[in-house]
Amino acid sequence: MQELHDEKTGKAKKERTPMPEQPADVRRMNFNEVTLGYRKEDALTEASRCLSCKDPKCVEGCPVNVDIPGFIKLVCEEDFAGAIEKIKGTNALPAICGRVCPQETQCEALCVLGKKGQPVAIGRLERFCADYEHQKGVKVPEIPEPTGKTVAVVGSGPAGLTAAADLAKLGHKVTIFESLHKAGGVLSYGIPEFRLPKEIVRQEVEYIKQLGVEFRPNYIIGRIKTLDELCDEFDAVFLGTGAGLPSFMGIPGENFNGVYSANEFLTRVNLMKAYDPLYETRVRRGNHVVVVGGGNVAMDSARSALRLGADEVSIVYRRGEDEMPARREEIEHAKEEGIIFRLLTNPVRILGDEKFNVTAVECVKMELGEPDKSGRRSPVPVDGSEFTIPADVVVIAIGTSPNPIIFKGSEGLEQNNRGTVVADEETGATSKCGVFAGGDVVTGAATVISAMGAGKKAAKAIDEYLKEK
Amino acid sequence: MGKTTKQLAKLSEGESLEDFVGPLGTPADIRKLGTVILVGGGVGVAPIYPQAKAYTKAGNRVISIIGARNKDLLILEDEMGKASTELYIATDDGSKGHHGFVTDIMKRILDSGEKVSRVVIIGPPIMMKVGAGVAFPYDVEILVSLNSIMVDGTGMCGGCRVTVDGKTKFTCVDGPEFDARKVDFVELMNRLAMYRGEETKAVEKYEEECRCGLH
Ligand SMILES: Cc1cc2nc3c(=O)[nH]c(=O)nc-3n(C[C@H](O)[C@H](O)[C@H](O)COP(=O)(O)OP(=O)(O)OC[C@H]3O[C@@H](n4cnc5c(N)ncnc54)[C@H](O)[C@@H]3O)c2cc1C
Ligand code: SF4
Ligand code: FES
Repeated sequence: MQELHDEKTGKAKKERTPMPEQPADVRRMNFNEVTLGYRKEDALTEASRCLSCKDPKCVEGCPVNVDIPGFIKLVCEEDFAGAIEKIKGTNALPAICGRVCPQETQCEALCVLGKKGQPVAIGRLERFCADYEHQKGVKVPEIPEPTGKTVAVVGSGPAGLTAAADLAKLGHKVTIFESLHKAGGVLSYGIPEFRLPKEIVRQEVEYIKQLGVEFRPNYIIGRIKTLDELCDEFDAVFLGTGAGLPSFMGIPGENFNGVYSANEFLTRVNLMKAYDPLYETRVRRGNHVVVVGGGNVAMDSARSALRLGADEVSIVYRRGEDEMPARREEIEHAKEEGIIFRLLTNPVRILGDEKFNVTAVECVKMELGEPDKSGRRSPVPVDGSEFTIPADVVVIAIGTSPNPIIFKGSEGLEQNNRGTVVADEETGATSKCGVFAGGDVVTGAATVISAMGAGKKAAKAIDEYLKEK
Repeated sequence: MGKTTKQLAKLSEGESLEDFVGPLGTPADIRKLGTVILVGGGVGVAPIYPQAKAYTKAGNRVISIIGARNKDLLILEDEMGKASTELYIATDDGSKGHHGFVTDIMKRILDSGEKVSRVVIIGPPIMMKVGAGVAFPYDVEILVSLNSIMVDGTGMCGGCRVTVDGKTKFTCVDGPEFDARKVDFVELMNRLAMYRGEETKAVEKYEEECRCGLH
């Protein structure tokens, strides 16, 4: 294997090793994972492409600065246990990040090989190492002597889980409060099974429980207990409550039956298992589904609708494909599966029948106008270009903002006008003493890895705060 | 009555649910107002009961009106009697109390000229709609407690949205109580019917399984 990718056969080195995946016509009918992961040979071939650069650019592109050439070198040496240990030194959730990180805009975007050919498939290698470890069984590190300090973590998404794990490893007693019945945040309720199997999320949560973290599900802070009460009961609080409040478009007809927020649609599919005939918690199965938006959430909604059995699923997005914020891989996968992309198109009205069921979406064509102050060309409607798309299910995936419920009944937590919590970028410290925050609740909807990074930084700062306290 | 309600009814003492969450929503604004009419229909009597206790405790004169299709379906009669200053009963078939609707009694009281500060109506949406319509012309605050279909109960899905005063509200966090004069009841009832087919099927399947001794 290795010889094929010798310096002299430079050609083979240009192309990255493909990852086995379910064929598009098969996978569009099921909820099983689309990509199957590298086999050992694939991983060795791909790892051998890495040049082990002295000044590795990829590491700079990684929001938590994983030692990429370091772990890839260990993969080459077939020391997979060593490789995963290296990754886990900085990234607590590699099985998840390897699957859902937008590598093409992060580490892989900066890989030197990308200048002339394709960058090293860093994400796929990361996933390979993590899956290898899961197969072998994960070692739980020794937990140090308890410090006697207590920390409340609110929210069990990637930010909360990471903060909890790091704090537990430092000997603090951590309790996670989660409003839903399952841990994982968006990883559990949002990202579908076919992209991130829930078994992987469950294993990560299990690992964190083994570190001694207590998990309190069905516990809404701001309602069952206020933030102020948590501050009294715990030595410090970390808020990782995400950005879970769905935005609607505010156009007529949005409340017709069959119009869902992406949050509701995906929660019904993922958390409530509406795709599984054994469950009675339903979602409407549309024949003609229209999804509004251009991010990962829109792709996930569209691809879920297809798998539920829709005849036709289209994505309506008001800008062009290049502007779509979704991961490249998801866009490609969606296209292969037959999702129709209606770009430069914007819904203006949703139509329904006398039984209050949605029947169509009226849209208008858009064109890119003059560049605005930021240099971005914003779309403007083309007069008289209205047309309708028949639809019996419409999913609105145009964004989310932090859920304000957390603020209820407590004072002193500064927010900015988008509803996000104001927190120090390096420490996560908020305006409220002893309260730290990170992840989507601070940045607005972002990425798994940035939420994790914030959880990590905050855990470090909380540890220092507790030492001084 | 849905499948889960039937399942709940089968639980015996000491059994538990895997997950349970609450309290949710915005607490009812209960204070001393003077005279308050509480109207409860069907199982809506259950949520009216703690309100009766609370309004009484706050020093109000509490006139409660409870109703059901027939006397066998009437619940919490004794408890409501104790919790209220006055209690009226209505049944659709006349098997107990007034033969007719709870709203008939409410109208009679409003017509009597007694100064009433607030009417709270809880029951099936059609009853709340009718009740709100009857009370509409009077100089009285009218509150209804809505029960739209919910998923999470925290404001995360928007499935529970209702139109109040032309604006979209989330029943689970902004409600459940709203100013009845401003609620779009037609939309509410239509949205509540969204899964009716599936709901009926689930009940039928469950009852069939019960008959076969599976539960
Ligand atoms: C459908 C979808 C697909 C995505 N795909 C990708 C992707 O491919 N790659 C990527 O990098 N990112 C993706 N993202 C974004 C990514 O998932 C988020 O940025 C990330 O999960 C944010 O993490 P978090 O920990 O800040 O918050 P969340 O994951 O949102 O977790 C917050 C948790 O807090 C809980 N909570 C909220 N309020 C309270 C309260 N008051 N009391 C108690 N608990 C509370 C919530 O129930 C939730 O479990 C996607 C998002 C969605 C919705
Ligand atoms: S930049 Fe690319 S080639 Fe260089 S170390 Fe990173 S992954 Fe390997
Ligand atoms: S039930 Fe989900 S927002 Fe109200």
